[in-house]
Amino acid sequence: MCKQLTEKDVCEIIASHQASKEKLLSILLDIQDASGQNCIVEEWARVVSAELDLPLTKIYDVITFYEMLSEKPRGKNIIEICKSTPCHFIKGVNIVNIFEEELCIKMGETTPDNLFTLQYTSCVGACDIAPVAKIGDEVYGNLSKDKIVDIIKSYREAAICQK
Amino acid sequence: MSKIKQVLSVNFGKIQPDSVEEYVKAGGYEALKKAFSMEPVAIINEVKAAKLLGRGGAAYPAGSKWEQLYEIQEFPKYIVCNADEGEPGTFKDKMLLEKDPLRVIEGMTIAGKVFNSHEGYIYIRGEYRKIQKVFQSALDNAEKAGYLGNNILGTDFSFKIHIMTGAGAYVCGENSALLNSTEGKVGRPRIKPPHLAEVGLFLMPTLVNNVESFANVPTIVLVGGDEYLSYGTPDSGGTKLVCLSGHAANRGVYEVPFGVTLRDIIFDEEIGGGVANGGKLKFYHLGGQSGPIGFPEQLDTAYCCKVMRNNGLSVGSGAVVVLDESVCIIDYLKSVTEFFIHESCGKCVPCREGNTQLQFILDKFSKGTATEADFALMKKLSTTMAKASFCGLGQAATTALDSCLKYRKAEFEAHLNKQCPAGVCFTNEEGGE
Ligand SMILES: Cc1cc2nc3c(=O)[nH]c(=O)nc-3n(C[C@H](O)[C@H](O)[C@H](O)COP(=O)(O)O)c2cc1C
Ligand code: SF4
Ligand code: FES
Repeated sequence: MCKQLTEKDVCEIIASHQASKEKLLSILLDIQDASGQNCIVEEWARVVSAELDLPLTKIYDVITFYEMLSEKPRGKNIIEICKSTPCHFIKGVNIVNIFEEELCIKMGETTPDNLFTLQYTSCVGACDIAPVAKIGDEVYGNLSKDKIVDIIKSYREAAICQK
Repeated sequence: MSKIKQVLSVNFGKIQPDSVEEYVKAGGYEALKKAFSMEPVAIINEVKAAKLLGRGGAAYPAGSKWEQLYEIQEFPKYIVCNADEGEPGTFKDKMLLEKDPLRVIEGMTIAGKVFNSHEGYIYIRGEYRKIQKVFQSALDNAEKAGYLGNNILGTDFSFKIHIMTGAGAYVCGENSALLNSTEGKVGRPRIKPPHLAEVGLFLMPTLVNNVESFANVPTIVLVGGDEYLSYGTPDSGGTKLVCLSGHAANRGVYEVPFGVTLRDIIFDEEIGGGVANGGKLKFYHLGGQSGPIGFPEQLDTAYCCKVMRNNGLSVGSGAVVVLDESVCIIDYLKSVTEFFIHESCGKCVPCREGNTQLQFILDKFSKGTATEADFALMKKLSTTMAKASFCGLGQAATTALDSCLKYRKAEFEAHLNKQCPAGVCFTNEEGGE
């Protein structure tokens, strides 16, 4: 599985952004990406607080405000299903149901193997290919049952290869 | 005659987006060179003559905004590009960032020159992290080619652009929240006044414009304000990128001159192409979730900021979400309100509580438990939210509701009698159809 993030890694990420207070969001996003569990645990929040000379409460203010940041561990891949109106009112397929069935979890949950977390998102700016799901930085559109099955399969296979 | 006019989108798909060489071959950076030979005031006058109205949603005249900032004698000044693009149904800034980033960079650089600013920031939403990389590469290449960075075009003018990332918060598109977020803080709006032109980024005078607004600047400098104005209407200069989605037959981004009608946008074969799968148009949502809803009888309205506003409609961000008759208005408004509940930053009561209460009432309509009194309550709530909310998010959250109450009260009334014209509510089957 993923290599555990060390304090040294976290400090390197912070240094790569010149330990700049303005870059707090970029720093937190990078730490979250490298964490393997898509979150920023208190240990790393404390390091950021010390390195940037910002109060810990401020770091948490930011982590809890922004949708993309999480203080709680999540799956390796976050599947975000767009539920803004241009996607929501596309007829035909209920993509939430298909994801739930394929992953055997409910909206908001994480699979037992920690590979996927299913959640909602607001519009990701791909309404021309609605209905849409975003996984990490990838956006998948015009989703059908077959497509969803293939996508999930490709992520599962990628995970096996990494092991 | 074709209703399409390509000004901003000429390079889309034709050049490698981050290649300065190809951009220059396509006529890029001619405007910057011209701008270097002009007085700043002359450039501002062209922007004024062009009647360039802000493309981020509020349609504020860019020329006036530039003039106000120019008059402030305090330095450093900052140039900020709003690329948060959070309005659902909007994906046109993405096209510019992804397919012709150098046009946006050139526009920002010209602004930098006008205000003698040395630092620009572009705040790109976190959902576009992949595009941030393309944009960074365009920035690097522009710097290497001498169009950005130190001593631009061999002069003593220097200008740098930094990319800042969002992390998923619609309210950060509001310009003062955007600046807070750019400073690495929580993206809650600031109280105004003071205006951002006076107290902006790092408390210094700041220009905030939308991506598409900046992208228009090179053209305005090159062809002149009068010529640019003539592309559109006497009140709204130039062209607009419109984003068609929902049940439109041809979903996507199209560039149209101001002055075409809504009918052209939704039904023209080269643009929206009508309703998909032979459906019938029921309504359309303009400018994002915070915009008004239009109905078939308003289709002949000219797409021009002033004409639209006079008719209770709005250009806004350029979103046009087309909805067919399978959609229930109450159900639709519930989805809109859910968005605002989710995106409210929670700072003020009218927005934080107002949206939740509104959802509660809409839910009563969809369950058939609403009463006549709920109309008055919704109206009162909407007025209170519009007047007392701290920022534009809460102020505009009930715009869509207001359109529906004004033009389709009958559909609400039908729900009082447990009837849903679209057949969505009061059934046990999901989705109605
Ligand atoms: C809640 C809210 C969200 C907004 N989101 C955006 C956005 O995503 N992009 C944008 O350019 N403007 C957005 N705006 C408008 C900006 O506050 C501001 O008017 C705009 O960036 C000014 O640029 P312009 O004059 O070039 O349009 C938003 C406003 C509000 C109130
Ligand atoms: S109106 Fe809404 S988003 Fe704006 S400050 Fe108030 S709670 Fe926050
Ligand atoms: S509404 Fe789903 S991507 Fe825009």
